[in-house]
Order: sequence, then C-alpha cells, then structure tokens
Amino acid sequence: MSLLRVQGLTKKFGGLNAVEDLSFDIQTGSVHSIIGPNGAGKTTLLNLLTGVYQPSSGKIAFEEHDLTGRAPHEYASHGIARTFQNLQVFFNMSALENVMVGRYMHERCGLASTLLRGPGLKRAEKTCRDEAAELLRYVGLQDYLSSASDSMPYGALKRLEIARALATKPKMMLLDEPAAGLNPTEALELENLIGRLTERGVTVVLVEHNMRLVMGVSDHILVLDYGRKLAEGPAQSVRNDPKVIEAYLGSSVPHDGSFGKDIAAAVTIGVEMRR
Amino acid sequence: MLQRLASPRTGGLLALAAAIVLLPFLLSNSYFYDIAILVGLNAIVCVGLNLLIGYAGQISLGHAGFFGLGAYGSAILASRYGWPPLAAMLTTTLAVAALAFLVGRPILRLKGHYLAMATLGLGIIIFMVITTEDKFTGGPDGLSVVPFSIGEYTLRGERLWYWIVGALLLFAVWLALNLIESPAGRALRALHSSEVGAEVVGIDAARQKVMVFVISAVFASVAGSLAAHYSGFVTPGKVAFFHSIELVTMVVFGGMASTFGAVVGAAVLTTLPQLLTVFKDYEMMVFGAVMMGTMIFLPRGVVPSLGRLLELRRQGAASRSDPRT
Repeated sequence: MSLLRVQGLTKKFGGLNAVEDLSFDIQTGSVHSIIGPNGAGKTTLLNLLTGVYQPSSGKIAFEEHDLTGRAPHEYASHGIARTFQNLQVFFNMSALENVMVGRYMHERCGLASTLLRGPGLKRAEKTCRDEAAELLRYVGLQDYLSSASDSMPYGALKRLEIARALATKPKMMLLDEPAAGLNPTEALELENLIGRLTERGVTVVLVEHNMRLVMGVSDHILVLDYGRKLAEGPAQSVRNDPKVIEAYLGSSVPHDGSFGKDIAAAVTIGVEMRR
Repeated sequence: MLQRLASPRTGGLLALAAAIVLLPFLLSNSYFYDIAILVGLNAIVCVGLNLLIGYAGQISLGHAGFFGLGAYGSAILASRYGWPPLAAMLTTTLAVAALAFLVGRPILRLKGHYLAMATLGLGIIIFMVITTEDKFTGGPDGLSVVPFSIGEYTLRGERLWYWIVGALLLFAVWLALNLIESPAGRALRALHSSEVGAEVVGIDAARQKVMVFVISAVFASVAGSLAAHYSGFVTPGKVAFFHSIELVTMVVFGGMASTFGAVVGAAVLTTLPQLLTVFKDYEMMVFGAVMMGTMIFLPRGVVPSLGRLLELRRQGAASRSDPRT
C-alpha cells in the first residue's frame, strides 16, 4: 500500500499552471526526492501536500484518507510534518519551546484544566519539556538547549525545524531544501540525519538542489519541469535519463549512453551553475 | 524553593499580592482608594487584552465595547429587571462570550490593519446601540445601578471594593499565566510568530484566535460589570472608541506579551492623569510627552525593557567579575 497517493494534481496561479496533472505514489519507509530546475513547481507541490495551498483540481490521499481541500492542521493530525525553505521558526520563543509547540497535538487539553493548571497538566508539561530536549539532542542541537531561537545560526535553525516537525510524531516528513545555505560539513551531517529519520520509521520527502545529497539518500526520485512530471523512478535510472539531463543542462545530449558515466557529475555542475 | 520564588511566575504573583496588601498603607483617603480600584479594573481588562494583543498578536480596537456590554448588561438586568447582581453578571458574561465567539470567527480571519478596522467597527456598533437604545440604556445620560449584593449582604465602601478587585486581579493574572504556560498558550505565541508554521504542527490557528478573543472579551465584560456596580452608574463614555484606545495604550505601554506589564501599564496610565493635574492646562501635553518618551527609550514597553536592562547589567557585572574575560 502506498503511503501517499496523488492523482491529477493541478494548481493554477492565474493563467500559470504551477503544478499540472501530476500523479505519483510515495511508498512507506522510502526517501523520496523531488527535484527540478528553479520554478519547476517543487515548493508549490510541497505546499499542496501539506494543505498550505488548495489544489485547483486533483486528489491527495494519505493512508487511504482523502485529504483534498483540508486545512494544514488536519494534514498534520494525519501524520504529515514539514519544514520550510524560508524558515518559519517561532522567533519569539526559545529553541526548546519551538520543539514543545511541535508536541501540541499530543499535549493539548481542555480549557478549564489549562486555565486552572491541574496537576495532570503540570506533569504533562514536564514530560513535554524532557521530550523536546531529547529531540534537540537527536538533531544535534545539544548546545542550544537554553538558547533563544533568534540568537541561533542559520544551520541550527534548519535543524530546529526538523526537531519541531519530529515532535509532531509524523509518519511522513517533507523537507523543503534542508541543505540550502549549509556548508559541506553541515550538509554531511544533514545526510546522516535524514538516514536516521528513516530508521525511526519516518518516510522522508526531500526537495533539494544539492545533487550530492539527493543522490546519496534517495530511494526514489521524481523530476518536475514546468509543473509536470518529467521522469520518475529509482535514483539510479533517473540520473541516467536523457530527458532529465536535457532539462537541467538546457541542451540535447547524445542518446547512446556514451555520456552516461559522467552524467551525475554533469547534472551536479549544471545545477550549481544555475544557482 | 528559592529558585521558584525568583521565577517570573511565582515571584511575580507574590510581588503583586504584596503590592496589593501593602498599598492601603499609602492610601490615606477614599479618593486614593477610588483610583486604586479603577487601576485594578483597568488592569483586569488589560491582562485579558494582552493575551490577545501581546501573545496571540491580534489587535482589537473594540474592547471598550465588551467592557460596556458587561457594564450595561449588569446594570439593565439588575437595576431595571431586579435580577440578583451576581446572576445578572454571570448571564451578561455568558452573553458577551457568545457574542465574541460569533463575531470572532469571521473577524479574526482578517489580519493587521483590516482586523483593527473590523474590531473598531464592532466597538462603534456597540457604542451606537448603547447610546440610541435609550429605553433600556438611558441613552447619553446613562443609567444608575444598584449596589452589588449577594443575598442579604450588600457590598459598599471603597475599602471593601478594593479587596474584592485586588483579589480578582490576582486571580485574573493567575489565569493568564496558566494559559500562557500551557500548550494552548504556546500555540498562541507560535501563531503570532508564524501562522503557517503553527498550522503545520497541528494548531488550528482560527480556533485558537477565537478562543483567546472570547477569553479577553470575558475579562473585559466582568470588569465592566464590577465597574458599574461599584460606581453606581454607567455612561456611554466608557464604551466609546477613546476608551478602547486607552486600553490598547496601557497594554503597549506596559509591555506586550508581559502579563505584569499589562498591570503596570494600567496602573501608570490610570494614575498619571491624576498626578499630572498639577500641570493644570498643560496636563495633556505632559501626558503625551511621557508617552512618547517611554516609547522612545523603552520601546518594548516598561516591564520587558526594564527586565532586559537588568539582565544586561547582570551579565555585564558577571563578565567584569570573571577574570577570564
């Protein structure tokens, strides 16, 4: 059974089809990458898959539940979590509190017991604090346990968003360009973290420009161009797909496969030239 | 234990309680008591309003409307229809909560300036209804209100009211602190910072906003009911737009997202005009200058800005005494 099933998904902005008639499945336990040139509709797709945008047409089903047209918090309650390309950290709170907010769905209680602060709530708050600290350590932010989020460096904030998303106890986590702005060491740590997420049983959907990272962690790749599906399949076959190379490099390449060996490198170079 | 006493929560509540208990030693006559009660009632409204403005980041320029509905609801039910004041107050509070819930949903979809306009409109509608429905409200002349009584016992005199309002203020602050330090309170602060960020971790932002709007309306309504019974009359002045602005100013002056800041803001801005009467004709000018000066030199509001200054000084002292640095 596929975890997520997308059928005929279309999103129009005025006359532009940012995502057009897109259908694909995501299997449980995989790292599923979505790649494509700038403006291919990747972030729009992530926004559709988390309810931030409503599709113009098409269907989104998660574990057989039709979630089309639902609000983002309903997607979250079904076990879909995400991070953002442009950070959406709660800068008015500490790092720890940011992660504690992630546990909202598992902590919330009635208004009366909230206002009167019953003993149950006090205990739950203690557990919440401990688990949030544990998650900060898990993503490698043990040095920021008592930091204000607005005093943290960019790379740490990206991981803070991952910790917050993990706190919702998701089945699937969507990462929107987690490596953007990271130095090579940080990118390597991120690759390691993504590997540990799948071990935890979280299915990862990765939107990323860093091809080294994509090729390193992906089981499955979906390539978008102008909002349409250009190619899809196991990482190995996608990297050798002439259509993909053409979309990235903007020129035709021989189809006899002679270019094949170095294509991954060429794609990487092409992408990095574009950025 | 000592650490708990020093925490903003326990320490702050104790400090507020101490201030309420010790203040009567300075209040030499009933006029001072009267001002202290006014401070307390304004502070209750501001503590609620601060939950909405300071924590959830949603502006309201119509809270005098809820204060007025509380005052007039109690006045009409208790004085015209002879209801027991406590029952009148509870019924009014429930009705105001229901109204806030009904208008909150559509209004709080708006953001920023548009939300300000919508709440302003709500306040003005309430004001218009109160001034024109003179059969019930007495119109611009207002309405006299029976004293608050529970059974046979009637509450009279500034001293008694002082203790009642003081206790209620302490209770209101306690409720607000409880809310803020709960999952729901964190949800409010989160949606203040990033609504989409809050939504994707499962927070129903619209619902949370309506909840805090209702809570703040209830605080205002209860304070309105008490003010009506305490002063013995109600006039549309306290329902007018200017009073809404005063309330928001108190919250901003004291410090947004600081419950004790709201109390300080209410205390300073309620007493300042009384103190400034020595300036006679220039009273309003000095008042304006104090406001401007405070916002320039303490831009986060009195309590958060002073708190930060203290923190910086402490850090400075610590680094000076540390030979390594």
